[in-house]
Amino acid sequence: MSGEAVLNAPLAVEAGQPASAPRWLRPLARGLLYVAGPLLLLVLWQGLFELRLIRPLLLPPPTKVAQAFWHLAASGELFGHVAISVLRVLEGFVAAAIAGLALGLAIGLSRPVDRATDLLIQLIKPIPPIAWIPLAILWFGIGEVAKVYIIFLGAFFPILVNTIDGIRQTDHRYVELARILEVPRLRFITKVVLPGALPAIMTGLRVGIMVAWMCVVASELIAASSGIGYLIMDARQLSQTDVVLVGMISIGVLGKLLDVALKALETRLITWKAAYKGSGA
Amino acid sequence: MSHIQLSAVSKRFDLPTGTVTALDGIDLSVAKGSFTSIVGASGCGKSTLLRIVAGLERQSGGHVHLEGNPIAGPGRDRGMVFQEHRLLPWLTVEQNVAFALTGLHPQEIAERVAHHLDLVGLTGFAQAHPHQLSGGMAQRVAIARALVNQPQVLLLDEPFGALDAMTRIVMQQEILRIWQAERTTMILVTHDIDEAVFLGDKVVVMSARPGTVKTIIPVPLDRPRDRSSPEFIAIRKRIFGEFFAHAEAPFAYAI
Repeated sequence: MSGEAVLNAPLAVEAGQPASAPRWLRPLARGLLYVAGPLLLLVLWQGLFELRLIRPLLLPPPTKVAQAFWHLAASGELFGHVAISVLRVLEGFVAAAIAGLALGLAIGLSRPVDRATDLLIQLIKPIPPIAWIPLAILWFGIGEVAKVYIIFLGAFFPILVNTIDGIRQTDHRYVELARILEVPRLRFITKVVLPGALPAIMTGLRVGIMVAWMCVVASELIAASSGIGYLIMDARQLSQTDVVLVGMISIGVLGKLLDVALKALETRLITWKAAYKGSGA
Repeated sequence: MSHIQLSAVSKRFDLPTGTVTALDGIDLSVAKGSFTSIVGASGCGKSTLLRIVAGLERQSGGHVHLEGNPIAGPGRDRGMVFQEHRLLPWLTVEQNVAFALTGLHPQEIAERVAHHLDLVGLTGFAQAHPHQLSGGMAQRVAIARALVNQPQVLLLDEPFGALDAMTRIVMQQEILRIWQAERTTMILVTHDIDEAVFLGDKVVVMSARPGTVKTIIPVPLDRPRDRSSPEFIAIRKRIFGEFFAHAEAPFAYAI
């Protein structure tokens, strides 16, 4: 690891970085590069407003959105909506993770279970979770259960499919090795199959939580009296576009935070894999 | 009495394009505690032969016996080292070696693992992960893992084929030392004539398509063998001649 860093250092200088840049500045430069995109967008957005090229009613400027954010945050209203949405996501996601992993393992490890469930899964999977909303409302009313159910459906399939894929991709050479060494089946599953499937499972969880996040907003847009989706819908009806944007940006930021949390978990769990991070310092 | 006995072993593969005979009429006996080298060009079925002895493949015809019992599948009485180390990347060196040790007291597992890491010269690396090891070190761990079950036979399928020339020579000396220390029966498949002569009590020369035993050449030299001694070179030349029967004087290019 450190050897690679040493090898890369002179290359980075050649690649156009000022050779005089002190070492301590580099993390700062990387950090700036990371936030440059959003900052540029904000500047552009504010600039278009200042030049009167956009109508504030259709797209209020960042300054106005920031004000609305401040009001909503100070009154505690935003936090209340965010908390209820996050809670719904977590409930649906955890249920989906448990069910998806359990069923994924059963299908991945057993050919008869795979055969018996494959067609059903293939038929239900393409139905968007949103299409379930009418039925969910009929079945569970407009309470929490209906929303958690929609979120569950959204997160369940990515987790299920990736778990199965991960198990199916178990390296044939390790299977041979386990045969040669007469490793008992349970040990083979815990020491070979599951660690091998872990990267795919983590991908499934990350996709799953993203879909869960989309589903919570979708279900709150249609039938809810709280949550970020409700906040957006309510503001739209009152033509408060700044509040709509506060809601949208909150969704983006929270989604990013959830992904960061899962990525951190992945890095902790999968220490043996050196992923390609793209070239350049 | 021979330890491993192959009689009239054949292997056919049914492919969409037709049946391919990989092995035909293989007769071979391996004495207990001996070192047998099998050389052949790629595609001569030498690896298939080893995989049949390992129990990973089933012969299409003929019989394979170990200690008088027919081989029906893989078993802990036969260890195998593959060309790639096949270490599990998420386990430490120690855990990899202990991978197949089940039903033993933890104390005994620890002792056996320590003994075999010592045997392959990797005592200080018990806690390392495979990605931290060089190719030669990883292959040493694979050898330790294969031996920790105390198999009667160790099957080596081109174990040093992917290593650089220097490391390969070191590993050949290592496997010789381990063989002399453990007295495990060893069968080595290789395409390196030098390696086959350096290690084997006898060298089984195979011909390709279908794979048959062309000849078996004994190597009656004391170990450690001097690769540059006239006797060594003579045997190597003889095996070389088996592959390139009409060895004419090499064409000299004038520049």
